[in-house]
Amino acid sequence: MSNGTSKTSKISRRSALLGMGAGAGALAAAGVLPGTMGFAQAQSSAPIKIGFQKHATGIGAAYGRWYGATTDAAVKRINDAGGINGRPVEVVVEDDGTDPGRGAEVLEKFANQHNCDVAFGTLFSHVVIGSAPRAGELKLPYFVVSEGHHVASGMLNRYTLQPGITDVKSQVISMAPFVANNLGKKVTMIYPDFAFGHDHRDFFSEAIAAQGGEVVAKIAIPPTETSFTRYFPSIPRETEVIYHVMVGPAVLTFVKELGEFFGPNRPELFGFIDSLEAVDIKSSGLEFLEGTYFWEGMPRYAQADQADYEKDYRAAVGVDENGASIADSKDVATYAHMFGCWETLNIIKAGMESADYQGPQDRAKLIEAVEAMTDMPAGADHPQGAKRFNGKTHQTFGSQYISKVTDGKLVVEHTASIEDGLYEDEVDYTAQSF
Amino acid sequence: MDFGPHLMLASLEGAVISAILVLTAMGLSIVFGVMRVVNVAHGEFYMLGAVLTWFITSIVGGHPAIGFVAAIVVAPLLVGCLAAGADRLILKRVNYDPDRTIVATIGMLYIIQQTTLMTFGPEARPVEAPFNTRLSLPWFEWGENGFAMIWPWGLSTTSYKLFVIAAAAMVLVALWLVLTRTKVGLLMRATQQDSETAQAFGVPVGKVYSWVFGLGAGLAALGAVLVVPIQQAHYLMGHDPLLLAFIVVIIGGLGSLPGTVIAAILIGMSDGIISVFFSPTLAKIIATFLVAMVLVFRPQGLLGKIAR
Repeated sequence: MSNGTSKTSKISRRSALLGMGAGAGALAAAGVLPGTMGFAQAQSSAPIKIGFQKHATGIGAAYGRWYGATTDAAVKRINDAGGINGRPVEVVVEDDGTDPGRGAEVLEKFANQHNCDVAFGTLFSHVVIGSAPRAGELKLPYFVVSEGHHVASGMLNRYTLQPGITDVKSQVISMAPFVANNLGKKVTMIYPDFAFGHDHRDFFSEAIAAQGGEVVAKIAIPPTETSFTRYFPSIPRETEVIYHVMVGPAVLTFVKELGEFFGPNRPELFGFIDSLEAVDIKSSGLEFLEGTYFWEGMPRYAQADQADYEKDYRAAVGVDENGASIADSKDVATYAHMFGCWETLNIIKAGMESADYQGPQDRAKLIEAVEAMTDMPAGADHPQGAKRFNGKTHQTFGSQYISKVTDGKLVVEHTASIEDGLYEDEVDYTAQSF
Repeated sequence: MDFGPHLMLASLEGAVISAILVLTAMGLSIVFGVMRVVNVAHGEFYMLGAVLTWFITSIVGGHPAIGFVAAIVVAPLLVGCLAAGADRLILKRVNYDPDRTIVATIGMLYIIQQTTLMTFGPEARPVEAPFNTRLSLPWFEWGENGFAMIWPWGLSTTSYKLFVIAAAAMVLVALWLVLTRTKVGLLMRATQQDSETAQAFGVPVGKVYSWVFGLGAGLAALGAVLVVPIQQAHYLMGHDPLLLAFIVVIIGGLGSLPGTVIAAILIGMSDGIISVFFSPTLAKIIATFLVAMVLVFRPQGLLGKIAR
């Protein structure tokens, strides 16, 4: 009993301290403390600061560099058109080292040191999952460009949104019918052993089962692995289709060794372009990919029916019609993913304008404004294609592309519609308080 | 995959791992044997070798073999000179004090790694192999029609991987000849046995130290030149080889060269075979466990001598 009493008294002391802290915070927020008021008034013409959490180093570096180039191009376009609510946009870049711990620290810097209005740009799912709780605590809107299902699964919080890129669950649901009907029903999956790969494993297994197929083996590979041949003997002989998705600095080695393992007698291959992002498909050793299929978020090679707005987007981000840098034809972009940065920034702009965003006090209004968005037409703001945003799950839906390697180029063979990738809501973030 | 072909593939993979490992571990072992320096920056010399190979092959152009030959000569030499310079500049200044050299080489690790990041960048860069033909391997089976030769699915290697194994063996033989048959080798062995007495007999111990440190780093770089057409050059690639090299050197016995060779083959083959049959993670767990067991039951390593 005495134990219980002491516990109660402890809690009350703690809550008293908390109350004092909250009081001080409230005073600061209300501008009673000296200095803060002046800044708040001057802010109206000050730039809107967007914190860009960049994978500048670590295993995500290739993505980080191209996400950076896309972000710069998108911000330049927004500023050239008059900025947001008449204020210029300024991007604050911090390197997260593709590391979840660093990711959370970077968000803290954005909120407390740089006074950013929002944070944006993260790709790797473990970094998103590691950072998002901190965004919730800091009450900092966190726009991720990650593909992971963690946003729509309800795992994160109201401050984390993914309006610019579709998630793995939606992607694989729309791919599974094509795989089952055209390539084969017995699938061996090879995927990276972290949250993103697990999304592939779980949702594709479900989706292919719904098509009457089955996954005969699941081969998980650590994303930091550098040598892959040793994993391949676990591929069962009965396999009709290899479903591969790999990330990290060694993706080229991965695909090369896959080709060396099979030689001329390969099963059908269906890969996510992640296995080849930032890699030249004409690299030596990749000839065996001819005739295989890839999912692409956005077609790397300019297709015959390329729309004008896509052409403009390609030019703006500095990518030629083969998906490589205009400056260096060997420097291949992460073209299938980086459009997400462009589109997310345009959504942030649209959200801030409809919420009449003035400063950090309007962050909740901004999130509500984005949650209210639904259909977004294809165009200069959304060059990958039309999107349908689900405000309840904070996740967007869009078209998916299946391309076949033909004469060393990826040629789109099938386009899955928005409807093909829809699934039932698993969460309603709008019911959560701010 | 059937057991037989599966085992053969695993052994081939293991042999490639062993070949690279034996070179890196040998470098670490020589440095420790002669200088009593635990070189934590060893993995970064390996990484530098790989990055330089990419750099050299990309500026040379032409047939990939030309660039590769240039790299195999120039990269270990450059890395060796850099290491010898670091020895003069840093390790000598701390008087090869065991504790301080560890801290100094940790510093070198970060300086080399971050300098590479700032200049070379964070990307992984491929280097084209000078030759790379896929070789399907046959398997012999006693089937219905008597003894037959079959070509199992997935059982293959590449000509380049076989070259790596052969090249590593050649380097080892050359190293052994240098150590046992030349005057340089004699000076090194004298310094290893007793540096003070060697100095009293006129051996320039300071110079020998620089040479040895350069040689150790050069061996790591050579291993990297050989591996980079199979893997890719990346600024963080030095971590795993460092760890494995330490495991090998501890199991083999610090400073014992034959022990290092045996341990490298043991660890490389078991890594290959366990990785293929079970999982690469299990292979690492077992290697680390082995180190712990060796440290408990035979602290001097398999062939190491008890410190006097």
